[in-house]
This record gives sequence, C-alpha cells and structure tokens, in this order.
Amino acid sequence: MNNFKVLMNGIVKENPTFVLLLGMCPTLGTTSSALNGMGMGLATAFVLVCSNVVISLIKNLIPDMVRIPAFVVVIASFVTLLQMVMQAYVPALYATLGLFIPLIVVNCILLGRAEAFAAKNGAIPSFFDGLGMGLGFTIALTILGGVREFLGTGKVFGFTIMPEDYGMLIFVLAPGAFIALGYLIAIVNKLKKA
Amino acid sequence: MEYVLIFITAIFVNNIVLSQFLGICPFLGVSKKVETAMGMGAAVAFVLTLSTIVTYVIQKFVLDPFGIAYLQTIAFILVIAALVQMVEIILKKVSPALYQALGVFLPLITTNCCILGVAILVIQKDFDLLTGVVYAFSTALGFALALIVFAGIREQLALVNIPKGMRGMSIALVTAGLLAMAFMGFSGVDKGLSTLFGLD
Repeated sequence: MNNFKVLMNGIVKENPTFVLLLGMCPTLGTTSSALNGMGMGLATAFVLVCSNVVISLIKNLIPDMVRIPAFVVVIASFVTLLQMVMQAYVPALYATLGLFIPLIVVNCILLGRAEAFAAKNGAIPSFFDGLGMGLGFTIALTILGGVREFLGTGKVFGFTIMPEDYGMLIFVLAPGAFIALGYLIAIVNKLKKA
Repeated sequence: MEYVLIFITAIFVNNIVLSQFLGICPFLGVSKKVETAMGMGAAVAFVLTLSTIVTYVIQKFVLDPFGIAYLQTIAFILVIAALVQMVEIILKKVSPALYQALGVFLPLITTNCCILGVAILVIQKDFDLLTGVVYAFSTALGFALALIVFAGIREQLALVNIPKGMRGMSIALVTAGLLAMAFMGFSGVDKGLSTLFGLD
C-alpha cells in the first residue's frame, strides 16, 4: 500500500468517528462549536502522528509482554507536551477543551493505531497513517461541531447564517450531541451503501 | 449534608455519561444486556473509588511536594493501569465468585476515560480525601444507573423494526440523546437542595 492510500484510508474508508466509531468521548464532549471541534481534532492528530512515528521506531526494542504499557507511556508523554504548549500559546482553547486534553491518553484511537498499525509498519507509513487518522478525526469533529453550532445558534465558525432566534438550543447542550452524531452516522451508512 | 448534595448532584444533575460525556465507550459498548451492564457498573464503581484514593495520595504526597505536578497525566494513567491489573490478580485469588462476575470487564476499565477523568477532576476541584471518595463513588453510581437504564431500553429496541440506515450505533446514539434530555429535567435540583440545606 502506498503512502497516499494509507492517508486516504484514515480520512475516508476507515474514518475513526463515522466508520470505526472510536474515541466517542471527545467527539461528543468538545463539539459544541465547529472551532472547538477542530481544535480538539488537531490536538489529537498531533499526538497521534508523534506517537505513531515514535512507536514504529522503537517497536523492536520493546519486549512483547510490556508492549501496551510502553505505548501508553509514549502517548502520555506527548499529551503532557501538548498540554504545556497549548497552555502557553492558546490558553483560551485550552480552557474550553479542559479535561478532554489530558483524556487524549485514554482515547482508543491512539492505542488502537499504535497496536494495529505502528507496531507492524515502518516510520514513514506510520506517519501517514497517523496523519490520515488524525485528519479524518479532525474533519469528523469539525462537521459535527458545525452541524451542532448551526442548528443550535444559526452560526458556523462564528459567522451568522441563520438568525439566532431560529436556533434550537438543545443542539448545543448535551442531548444534541448524541442526536446529531446519531443522524450523521445514519447518513454515512446510507452513503456507504449507495 | 454537603455529602448528600455531592451524592445527588453527581448521580442526577451532572451525570458523568449523559452530561459530562465521560465513559461513552463502555456506555455504548456494553449496554446490549441489563446483566452485563450491571457487571460493568459494579466493576467501575469498585475501581473508580479505589483509583481515586490512590491517585489522590500520589498527587498530595509525591507530585506536589516534589514540584512535578506536570507529570500528573503520565503518573495517573500508569497508576490506574497497574491498579487494574492488581485488582484483577487479587480478585482472582481472594474471591473467584466476584472475579467471575467482574473479570471480563476489568481489562476494559483501564481505557475507560471516566476513571482518569474523575481522578483529575477530584484534584482540580480541590476536594479533600473524604469528599473525593464520596464524589467518586456517587459518580460511579451515576454511571451504573445510566448504563442499566440504557441497556433496558436497548433490550426493547432489539425487538423493534428500525429503518436500515439507523440500525446499530445510530439509533443507540439517538436513544442516548433522548435519555440525556430526560436527565436534563434534574438540572436546578442541586441549586434547590443547597438552598434547602442552607449551604449558599
């Protein structure tokens, strides 16, 4: 498989949110607006790319028995790095995403890709796999955030499209996250068959 | 009275799954049968309470005195992973019956984000140890309640004729949304209670 195929695989064919249904907590918890969704997606993508590359490089040094804890430590190190960088340069976004930044550690996408891809492939394909999966996740979160923001407040990325009075506030609140994602998955299922 | 308020708030008002979006994976994954939902709920309650105590001690006696609080994420996830393994080994030896009931769920718990989430929240909210434990236990009860109610609904859903595209995860998410809407009815109860108890 060439690198371009690996990249597109993560974005379309095995999209982590709409197809594999992984990493549901941040997907639902941070998508109250398109911008927040995109921020969370990019943060996850950064950790995913770094951890995938490092794990593919050190995979031969790790004994098989302690594979999973070793992967978790690598992922947790990059998350800590990300926390510090975000706190320094984008404090507002860091405050909005809050608890979900440290929780990237337990996002199943990261450990899943480390185990399923990076542990079996070289550094370069692993880089593209991380990038593809990360971008697929980012795109999915941005779409979900956009849909919720539009239905809830009539805006997308803060630009008013529909008067705010027509917005249904429920879509910005917790129940709207579940319902919006449920219908988006139904649409993707429909498109997949067609 | 303060503890009663924390208890009720954590279960109903700020339900960990339906309003804080933590622990969604097991909520969607192991909710096809009421029985397994109960097993998962019990396992989470057990580990969550235990891990909150251990991570609290680590934060206050290791990370804070040495000024290495920035290592919180790494330290906590390692402690939780080790703790889950240990609980599994001890349960197997001490109580095979309990191990039979909870065993399959234990490995899944390490990557359950509500464990790490609650451990970090307890530190962030600056609770003392007892308050933290009450908070962790009631949060786990809230998780179990949501999981069992949801599993009950899904058992009924299995018998219904659902449009093709909506089958599986899609209808489950919409159902969870309606359940979350029902739990929104509790919002404001915490304010009322704290006025009632004279805590304002």
